[in-house]
Amino acid sequence: MHDLPQQILIGLQLGSIYALIALGYTMVYGVLKLINFAHGDVYMVGAYAGIGAAWLLGTWLPSVVHLPPLIPSPLGAVLVLLASMVICGLLGLIIEQAAYRPLRTRAWIAPALFLGAAVGYVAYGIATNANRTPVSAIIIGIVAWAGLAALLYTTQRRRSPGSGSRLTALITAIGVSLFLENFGVLPQIFSSDPRFFPNDPPIARLAPNVETGLIFTVSLVLMIALTYIVTRTRIGKAIRAVSFDSDAAALMGINTDRVIAFTFALGAALAGAAGVLVFGLQHTKFDPYVGILYGLKAFVAAVLGGIGNIPGAVLGGLIMGLAETLVVAYGPNIGIDSTYRDAVAFFLLILILLFRPAGLLGKFAPEKV
Amino acid sequence: MPLWKRFGGIALVFGLLLLLDHLLYGPSRVAHDQYKEDVLIRCGLAIILAVSLNIVNGFTGQFSLGHIGFYMVGAYVGAALSTYGHTHLFPQLPTDGSPVGLWTSALPILAVSLAGGLAAAAIGFLVGLPSLRLRGDYLAIITLGFAQIILVIVRNIKAVDGATSFTGLPVASQDQALAHVATPHLTSLFWVFLVAALVIWVAYSLRFSVHGLAFLAVREDEIAAEAMGINTTRYKVLAFVLSAFFTGIAGALFAHYQSSLSNESFRFERSIDVVVMVVLGGLGSISGVTIAAVLLTILPEALRPIAQYRLVVYPLLLVILMLTRPQGIFGREEVSRAWLRGQLTSIAGWFSRRPDRV
Repeated sequence: MHDLPQQILIGLQLGSIYALIALGYTMVYGVLKLINFAHGDVYMVGAYAGIGAAWLLGTWLPSVVHLPPLIPSPLGAVLVLLASMVICGLLGLIIEQAAYRPLRTRAWIAPALFLGAAVGYVAYGIATNANRTPVSAIIIGIVAWAGLAALLYTTQRRRSPGSGSRLTALITAIGVSLFLENFGVLPQIFSSDPRFFPNDPPIARLAPNVETGLIFTVSLVLMIALTYIVTRTRIGKAIRAVSFDSDAAALMGINTDRVIAFTFALGAALAGAAGVLVFGLQHTKFDPYVGILYGLKAFVAAVLGGIGNIPGAVLGGLIMGLAETLVVAYGPNIGIDSTYRDAVAFFLLILILLFRPAGLLGKFAPEKV
Repeated sequence: MPLWKRFGGIALVFGLLLLLDHLLYGPSRVAHDQYKEDVLIRCGLAIILAVSLNIVNGFTGQFSLGHIGFYMVGAYVGAALSTYGHTHLFPQLPTDGSPVGLWTSALPILAVSLAGGLAAAAIGFLVGLPSLRLRGDYLAIITLGFAQIILVIVRNIKAVDGATSFTGLPVASQDQALAHVATPHLTSLFWVFLVAALVIWVAYSLRFSVHGLAFLAVREDEIAAEAMGINTTRYKVLAFVLSAFFTGIAGALFAHYQSSLSNESFRFERSIDVVVMVVLGGLGSISGVTIAAVLLTILPEALRPIAQYRLVVYPLLLVILMLTRPQGIFGREEVSRAWLRGQLTSIAGWFSRRPDRV
């Protein structure tokens, strides 16, 4: 047991990543009562956004302007992190506007724009594959776009607001998740080849031991920032009000749609940061499917702590990270193979839910009639 | 329903399946086409999976995300039984995994499906128990957790090569030809669709029986159902066990169709596929779910010409369908003559009605 402190540090680091992703799940669940399955894939996009930003700052910028390359340097690393957070925040916003909001309201412009763009692009790609000329392929794409926009215009006008069921939203979330993964696999987008962050030189040139602690520290800073936003600002107060009772909040004059959009952006930005932290500092490979398992475990962490509860998500994440690391490190000594690593999370979950059906910090509300 | 009508229906299904089997595998093998057979078998398995998941998700309104775990239990238990019990129980089967005639396979397939189904039902009972305490999303995630745990446990069982793929059993024997006992290839279209017909029949009978009404009452309002004297706990667990039983049978059928059994077939995404079938078909509608299962199995095959884009088209369709037709393609009603008429009227109304007068 001589390296126990080291193992605990690794566990906390993994746990803080789970916590960062779990925060996005739990906040969205709080305001919308929706399991946002696409959240794990936002984390994946965060890693790719980070790689793009690192390329811009390290390779492209020095070749245009006469400046010393920003990568590797602590400043460059911070810029990469921020760029990824901004891109993922925007992605979260787009996902909410294009896929989830039209389920609740009669909004049709944003979904027609973004979903239509996706449909148009896919139609264009299929036409190109079928050896159409570029011009006719573009026309096919635009026609598909317009067709979808017209369809959404007619159906959305007939929607009675607030009629969407939660299951519909869940399936939509699954659809968005599959779309992000499979769209990323297309060879002209991310392709399915595994990628690395520019490893040589690393994006922030620091000693390897420092990096282990750095993930934990940066996550901690982000969580403190989030706590500040949620507890001390106006919009944070609105978020808490909407997750407490969204109908009452709307009656009090809170623009719930704006609060929901902000929550999505906030959660997605945290997931993007997690993507850069994990793959940028650990130099492990990633591909468009990397978000599935991380997303699933982070979601379990959120449920473990009590979904909808922000401190609960952090606690759940840390517990899961520690449990997983300790099982891998010491499990073989007591006869648990390290391949059980993926089962530990779920085993813990079942155990805790059996005794505390609303998670560790969740409040169990008996149903009233 | 008069008796002759009921038995007539059963005889008709049976006769059609026998005819199909004869055309496919008979001496002339008129219609034999490996690819089409493959797709059809996957359709049949999808029907069994979706209709049995519908009992839990559609009838009782509980939300299970972990049905693939029951499928896996059924598959591995069935395969282990037929492979390990080969010499004692089924000595008449070939050891090289070549296809078996219809009547030779009847008894073994009955045995392995029952074994797979019962094992899965036992696990279903275990998983159903937490549903006493948990609701909604918590139940969904706990069933998902059970499925993941089953996956990891099977991966660690060396007897069925869970970590790689189970192709059969090496046997210490002098004779080279007998040195390897493959999992017998028992499953044919006949068996798959016989079970599919059986599941649909059971689901229909259940849906329109007193028990079925109890299931629906649990779905609509658990507290009110309890107040009306329905033992909600009992019905929730019953739904899980019944659904797991048929899912396990599907697993056993699947295991005896594949020449090797790999844990890759039981990933959590497969659970989601089945849930999507149930929701797209319309929760609780047996005919709708059946049609959706067939459509969603054929769709990827139909999209094959567009190569890498087919994986993108499927989720896009899903999102657009949920936006434009949230009650599922066929709604919650059963597909019937009256239903068709209603749909035609509403489509006609689509063109005439002004949107302001919703």
